[in-house]
Amino acid sequence: MTKKIITKKEVEYVAKLAKLEFSEEEKEEFTTQLNSILEYFYKLNELDTKDIPPTAYIISMPNLLNEDKVEPSLSREEVLSTNKYIRKGYFQVPKII
Amino acid sequence: MKEEVVIGLEVHIQLMTKAKMFCHCSTDYIGKEPNTNTCPVCLGLPGSLPVLNKKVLEFAVRTALALNCKINQISRFHRKNYFYPDLPKAYQISQYDLPLGVGGYMEISLPESGEKRRIGITRVHIEEDAGKLVHEGDIASSAYSLVDYNRCGIPLAEIVTEPDFRSPEEARIFLVKLRSIVQHLGVCDGNMEEGSLRCDANVSVRPAKSKSLGTKAEVKNMNSFRAVKKALQFEVDRQKKLLSEGEKVIQETRHWDESKNITVSMRSKEEAHDYRYFPEPDLLPLQVDLKMIEEIRRNLPELPEVRKERFTKDYQIPEYDAEILTSSKVLGDYYEKACSLYNNTKILSNWIMGELMRYLNEEKIEIEDSPISSENLVGLLILIDEGVISGKMAKIVFEKMFKTGKKASQIVKESEVIQITDKNELIEIVDRVISENPKSIEDFNQGKEKALNYLVGQVMRYTKGKAKPDFVFEAIKQRIKR
Amino acid sequence: MTLNQLTAHEITRLIREKKVTAQEVILDIFDQIDKVDNLIKAFLVLTREEAFKQAKGIDTKVKNGDELPPLAGVAIAIKDILAVQGVETTCGSKILKGFIPPYNATVITRLKEAGAIIIGKTNMDEFAMGSSTENSAFGPTYNPWDLERVPGGSSGGSAAAVAADETIVALGTDTGGSIRQPASLCGMVGLKPTYGRVSRYGLIAYASSLDQIGPITKDVIDCTLAMKVISGIDIHDSTSANIPVPDYLTSCREGIEDLKIGVPQEYFIEGIDQEVKIAIDRALKLFESLGAKIEEVSLPHTEYSLPAYYLIATAEASSNLARYDGVQYGYRADNYKDLLFMYKKTRSEGFGDEVKRRIMLGTYALSSGYYDAYYLKAQKVRTLIKEDFDKAFEKYDILITPTSPTPAFKLNEKMADPLIMYLSDIYTIPINLAGIPAISLNCGYSKNNLPIGLQIIGKPFDEETIIRAAYNFEQNNDVEKKKPEINPARCKEEA
Repeated sequence: MTKKIITKKEVEYVAKLAKLEFSEEEKEEFTTQLNSILEYFYKLNELDTKDIPPTAYIISMPNLLNEDKVEPSLSREEVLSTNKYIRKGYFQVPKII
Repeated sequence: MKEEVVIGLEVHIQLMTKAKMFCHCSTDYIGKEPNTNTCPVCLGLPGSLPVLNKKVLEFAVRTALALNCKINQISRFHRKNYFYPDLPKAYQISQYDLPLGVGGYMEISLPESGEKRRIGITRVHIEEDAGKLVHEGDIASSAYSLVDYNRCGIPLAEIVTEPDFRSPEEARIFLVKLRSIVQHLGVCDGNMEEGSLRCDANVSVRPAKSKSLGTKAEVKNMNSFRAVKKALQFEVDRQKKLLSEGEKVIQETRHWDESKNITVSMRSKEEAHDYRYFPEPDLLPLQVDLKMIEEIRRNLPELPEVRKERFTKDYQIPEYDAEILTSSKVLGDYYEKACSLYNNTKILSNWIMGELMRYLNEEKIEIEDSPISSENLVGLLILIDEGVISGKMAKIVFEKMFKTGKKASQIVKESEVIQITDKNELIEIVDRVISENPKSIEDFNQGKEKALNYLVGQVMRYTKGKAKPDFVFEAIKQRIKR
Repeated sequence: MTLNQLTAHEITRLIREKKVTAQEVILDIFDQIDKVDNLIKAFLVLTREEAFKQAKGIDTKVKNGDELPPLAGVAIAIKDILAVQGVETTCGSKILKGFIPPYNATVITRLKEAGAIIIGKTNMDEFAMGSSTENSAFGPTYNPWDLERVPGGSSGGSAAAVAADETIVALGTDTGGSIRQPASLCGMVGLKPTYGRVSRYGLIAYASSLDQIGPITKDVIDCTLAMKVISGIDIHDSTSANIPVPDYLTSCREGIEDLKIGVPQEYFIEGIDQEVKIAIDRALKLFESLGAKIEEVSLPHTEYSLPAYYLIATAEASSNLARYDGVQYGYRADNYKDLLFMYKKTRSEGFGDEVKRRIMLGTYALSSGYYDAYYLKAQKVRTLIKEDFDKAFEKYDILITPTSPTPAFKLNEKMADPLIMYLSDIYTIPINLAGIPAISLNCGYSKNNLPIGLQIIGKPFDEETIIRAAYNFEQNNDVEKKKPEINPARCKEEA
């Protein structure tokens, strides 16, 4: 981790990845906030973790597996009741350009 | 300077378990009304969690073993994050740095040279399928898209090859064999048209004997084996042309357009994806112990290569025949069933590889849906052996059987194609032919035996092919001698 | 005394003994809610009709002489992050307003089978991101002990509801302290189980490797009753543990002379309020008098917990919250011209600032080029933090710390700088990283009558010991147990 400042350009890239949009003001504010937070996180560099394995799973157990059995699906009404943008039984979304 | 073609394939197969990968919805989604085959888990509803179907693991291990992979006793799931309407969780559960199987291979035979090539299998891993997007009108003009989640969560195995193919034909041969293997394993029905087997390719061209790889283009949207060969050939030619003109090949994704027979650049639609892979926290690392691997290996169904050997030996047919007959599991089953009912295995092989395959290909029907069953084919051959119909007649009967699905005996009865073997019936016609063709009689009497053939032909014409040819021949000879 | 002021074990006994009916309990509960919730604002949704229906069902069972399930007639409030079939579940967010799950979380199914009566969904920080419930899209919840102060978060609604006797027990969730800290600020008992002890199926995910569901109750016995019902392996959750659930109720009554208690010195260094320190010291003396041995211990990597937590939690959250895109459910923006536009508008309008901040952080931490430096690094530090606890537990049975560095703070006090808010979780976060259980319970009150919480930390799957320690402390604590006086006059602005 380098003690670099996250630039506004990087904030824009991250926002694009996360599908969020911000006004110019908000971008400035975010850049400042994220920077102060990341600077605090820089603290982690004080630790030498070269030979430390990462903890991806805090629990260790034999696998819990499902039987290959079919059970009833949700009814179409239940599935389509979650929003109003339904057409002919499909969820409708605007075109993908 | 001779160039070398370098192709690698990425194949996805839908695994034929009863239930989906992480939930209990049915995998039988084709033809169902949209959004009727889903549950909170495969819909990715807030709060839902995945639980792996044990059969998916078994099928994937089977596949990896059949491809001679080393099975990783610990493998793990990763999340591949991106936004698209057919991906309800906005991430796909897949495998990344620790896949289920690695370092395998498949041997293919190149029929022209008889050469055997070993194609490296880089990895086999499992992941879930996404839903389907339906566009109103064509993708360019529609104002909206429609989403059907029925296919979400269908289990997939992804098979990645090393860039070991040196021609589009090799790639096609590999795919045909891979399909046969997964069918024989019982893990996938290998239907490219229905999407249960999908293939993307990476294609590049480099100077012969070069060790480094040229710039590759990815080719997608090839929906049949033929399309794969055509698309790859087109792409190879396109790249060769670019290079010969001093141009560079651009690294991009290209889409095969079946209607125009070209690959089209998708670069304008493409954005370098940052998938932000990280280990899937909702699924613990997958443990596959040696005992389980050995048990699956012990119980592997007969693989096509082994079946081919067995056919060659047990049924005494040429390797070429055996290769074709084992190119699909159902075809092999068809043949074996027929052989259990009829002794002449070579004749069966001829009929299947000849007439049957011809009709199936013409009508674009798969062997699974053949209107003529193995039993019925055997029924036809028995009628020939018994002399009820001639070989020539049999072909007509076969066509009728194919069109109607009826048994041979039924068709023969209905259309009176029974061979005329009763001499008396024939005499009238023979006499008529003899009287109509005095020249031929003269030729014959002068020693030209071949003149009789013409007369036989005439009799056959009058009897509409119902007469048994050698019978006619004898009958004419006798009449003439009289 | 009205029935809503009782504990679950008292209610179940009274109902069993036919001294009160479940319907009477529910009536008193909703009476209290109607009286005080316009000030407390603990609830987002009330399920009155269904609750009365359930209560009638219990009363019929009693009349028929049927065997009663363990939580029969106990009113329970559910944090709005848990899926309750047919009931709006918002996670305190605009983006899920109107979302009605077609299924129940496993804990809900188990509670219903145990006879508990769900009375409503409680307010929370949006998507569990916060320590004060001020990040709710639907307005904050107010601390019953002082309506100008926060109840803590993110399970502020649940904690406040229990403290204000608007419910008998409540469920909260804890990712970085969100059960324990509000329980502490509201003077209640709150337990975060070992990761994997309770099924997460139906828990709308914030950080999948840290989230756990747990009870917020008025006393330790109630906590044991709730834990017994909700714990245990679940075939719908691959991370739920296949470890039998002990009978917490019977084991908690045993003494604690055998206990060796470690007190991590790093928890008493910075930022701790003097009154909190005094209350904890007094509590430790009580433990000693009950026979336990107390020693100082070091958890040297404590100060790295906060950055490690925020990198891991935000990374997982950025992925878990990506599904909120307006396609299938929840909020969808109007006026979009294409899909990308719809995604951006929906998410930017639907999420609050803190959520957006964490999504940005998390996305950054996972993005290409930064994964090793941030996310992977944090996971390695997580290993070190877990090892600190493992080492400590070789010598000690439990560890005791304050739950929160201060009692309840005033509304808006910490909203200006996100980092300052993050620091209110420094005592609770390491426990989530290590995946171990911890319980918070009241150990005293500040000069201005605000509750102070004590945190007892245990070994993995050893909820029994921390519950036993908590019970013994509770029963012998000579600090007078109080109830908040919900005084509208103390609230300057009408809520």
